[in-house]
Amino acid sequence: MAISVLVLSGFAAAVIAPWLHRYAGRVSGWLLALLPLAMTGYLATYVEPIIAGQTFREAYPWAPSLGVAFSFYLDGLSLLFALIVTGIGVLVTIYSGGYLAGNPHLGRFYAFLLSFMASMLGVVLADNLLTLYVFWELTSLTSFLLIGFEHERAEARKAAWQALLVTSGGGLALLAGLLLLGQLAGTMELSGLESHGEQIRQHALYLPMLLLLLVGAFTKSAQFPFHFWLPSAMEAPTPVSTYLHSATMVKAGVYLIARLHPALGGTEAWWYAIVPVGMATMLVGGYLAICNTDLKRVLAYSTVSALGTLVLMIGIGTLHALQAAIVYLVAHALYKAALFLVAGNVAHETGVRHADRLGGLWRAMPISAVAGTLAALSLAGIVPFFGFVGKELLLESSLEAKQAWFLAAGIAIMGALSVTAACIVGWRVFFGKLPDTPKAPHEAPMSLWLGPLVTAAGGLACGLFPFLVAPGLGAAASSAVGATVPHAALELALWHGLTPALGLSAAGIAMGLILYAFWQPIRAINQRWNVLLRYGPAAWYDGVLGGMNWLAISQTRVLQSGYLRVYIMTILGTLVGLVGYALASGKRWNTSSLDTNVRFYEVVWACLLLVAAVTAVRSRTRLAAIAALGVVGYSVALVFILFGAPDPAMTQFAIETLTVILFVLVLYRLPRFAVLSPPWARTRDAVIALSAGATMTVLILTAIHYRAAEKVSQYYVEHSVQEAHGRNIVNVILVDFRGFDTLGEITVLVVAAIGVYALLRLRPRGERT
Amino acid sequence: METVLAVVAGGLFAAAFYLMLRRSLVKLVIGLVLLSHAANLAIFTIGGLTRANAPIVALGKMQPDLPTADPLPQALILTAIVISFGVTAFAVVLLQRAYQAVGSDDLDKMNTTDT
Repeated sequence: MAISVLVLSGFAAAVIAPWLHRYAGRVSGWLLALLPLAMTGYLATYVEPIIAGQTFREAYPWAPSLGVAFSFYLDGLSLLFALIVTGIGVLVTIYSGGYLAGNPHLGRFYAFLLSFMASMLGVVLADNLLTLYVFWELTSLTSFLLIGFEHERAEARKAAWQALLVTSGGGLALLAGLLLLGQLAGTMELSGLESHGEQIRQHALYLPMLLLLLVGAFTKSAQFPFHFWLPSAMEAPTPVSTYLHSATMVKAGVYLIARLHPALGGTEAWWYAIVPVGMATMLVGGYLAICNTDLKRVLAYSTVSALGTLVLMIGIGTLHALQAAIVYLVAHALYKAALFLVAGNVAHETGVRHADRLGGLWRAMPISAVAGTLAALSLAGIVPFFGFVGKELLLESSLEAKQAWFLAAGIAIMGALSVTAACIVGWRVFFGKLPDTPKAPHEAPMSLWLGPLVTAAGGLACGLFPFLVAPGLGAAASSAVGATVPHAALELALWHGLTPALGLSAAGIAMGLILYAFWQPIRAINQRWNVLLRYGPAAWYDGVLGGMNWLAISQTRVLQSGYLRVYIMTILGTLVGLVGYALASGKRWNTSSLDTNVRFYEVVWACLLLVAAVTAVRSRTRLAAIAALGVVGYSVALVFILFGAPDPAMTQFAIETLTVILFVLVLYRLPRFAVLSPPWARTRDAVIALSAGATMTVLILTAIHYRAAEKVSQYYVEHSVQEAHGRNIVNVILVDFRGFDTLGEITVLVVAAIGVYALLRLRPRGERT
Repeated sequence: METVLAVVAGGLFAAAFYLMLRRSLVKLVIGLVLLSHAANLAIFTIGGLTRANAPIVALGKMQPDLPTADPLPQALILTAIVISFGVTAFAVVLLQRAYQAVGSDDLDKMNTTDT
């Protein structure tokens, strides 16, 4: 009960948020933040039992025959993610109220933001694979809405589309992977996967399933080569970038891989499918971060780099690697949220977002400067910040894994690039000379500096007192490791002694400072050799999207000509082709079954009918055509009489008379037939019509000799008098046995009559009948 | 007689298709009427022809004198005749309105929404 209420309350709050905002006005952000605050408080009560080793599960049947349940699971890993979602949710909700104050769509923004929070909670708390998938896609959808929040701007719309297409495209792969996983494991519950781990890993479909799942996770977590959507998503308002595209949503992929690690991990395929991707993402993201000057893009690429690092660590999959990943994840969430929010403050108060046009802001914005500097120091991994603790663990665990030096060197380079990025977003902006800015800079209001200050201070506090958070993070890491690996409690300390890891860390910091010294030349070189950007994954995306649009346009142009006759030709061509092929290959029709029981007057009748049909086709005057139509109709009625069908015959006579009168009344006012088509078109049409007619003839002759089942009509013949008390069996069928069909028929006639009336009587305003 | 009826129905189909491929809206509607005749004949023929009694039970009996014509295709055709009249009536009136609006019965002048 409790966990599902926790998840669904966010959606309920989203519904009332616009309304609340209308009445509460400026304080609505503070009010709405009470919900995530309450959630955080509630989740905090689970910390103690979960550290003690308990887990919580809650399930409601949804579609039991398909193994779909609305089920949730709370263990160390999901609790940690849920706390990040709600905790940062509090700060971001407050921040949004200040950042978007006065925006006419702020109420809608709250609704999107809270729905996102609820969906994200759903992702990290879901136990059932399909429940997880539903919430996963909901986060993509809310992300789309939030990126495109400033929908008047074309760039925002394009970025929103890009994020949606990339992540939900990956979502489709994920769905296939999850269904395969459910098949292989024989259970759809995440909590039940681990005990089937051996069975899953031995299965022949293990590799394709793993790859499908990873494509889903990699697109969501912006791994190379899908990383390009994340920097584009910076078109969103800053609170969104902070929340979705740094602290929470982009970590859904990391969460999923960590969650699946106990059941799927430990294989060669796992290592080789994840570690190289994580490594590439880490380095490409780190490099691109320092090639940019736009603060949000620097931070976005730095986030890509961090996501790569996390994926890399889970790929390595040892106990220490996973512990390092969890610690680094929390450290990153704290400093990156602070940096994004500070960048938002800077842009909000100065009107500039580019580091090379900023500087010396610490005088004007002291609180933001403190928060930004603290967070930047954590990003750089300087003692005594939590970022330092995280980086030490990353280096240590990579040094003890296989391919140690390859991994450790990559992480050291990442550390160096982080230091450079930290200098760009921290030092460059707040110290040095203050250039002219569009707005005179001054400190932001409390709602804007509270969030960054709390998160940045959190990074410092965790660094100074790591033993406080160690048990909780250790519990999170153990649920990602799995029960089969022997556990060791996570021990966090600032000082590990003079270890190789410390050396690498120091070397990284030195290298990062050198890179920052050469920042301008590096960017200049990158500008000149911009090949990666021009032919990189973003260009592939544009190419694929353009190609699909081209395909859609050209196939529409071919198939949707707008000419009725082209459609009819297509239909007839298909009829002749497919039915003709079936008839020719089926060999159901043999000429010996042709009957010769024909009377003279019947032949005369047939000739009359065909002559009338030809007259209707060839006549140049309307009246002759209508007369010929009448002859055809009466002749058809005649054949009904000849073969024992007086009821259809009578109906046909009556209807045919009405039709002829109607035609004469209406067509009398129309012009004479004109010859509109050239001779070659008429010849072509005649060939098509005759071959379709011939196909129908053969079809009829074949169908006569084909009886699929016993005749239904025998029942009607026997029971007509007995049960329905009617002597005309056709009438009994219409009004009794199949009475509802007749009701439908009458309804059609009524609709047609209303249509006729509307066409005749109702005119657009200003037009006279 | 089935063969003759099949050929006649095929001929009606061909005439209907040819008319529906014309550019004139009037011819298209005439083609529609012919198409429904052709379809009715096809159903009637496929259902099985007999020169036997109509499916009507004489007074005082519980069942008709066998052999009797199959009542089911007849019921279907009866429905089809009435429905096709509804379609025809609607098409004819639509034709008249379209002619009033466009000033022509040429379909090629009707494939845009601007009149």
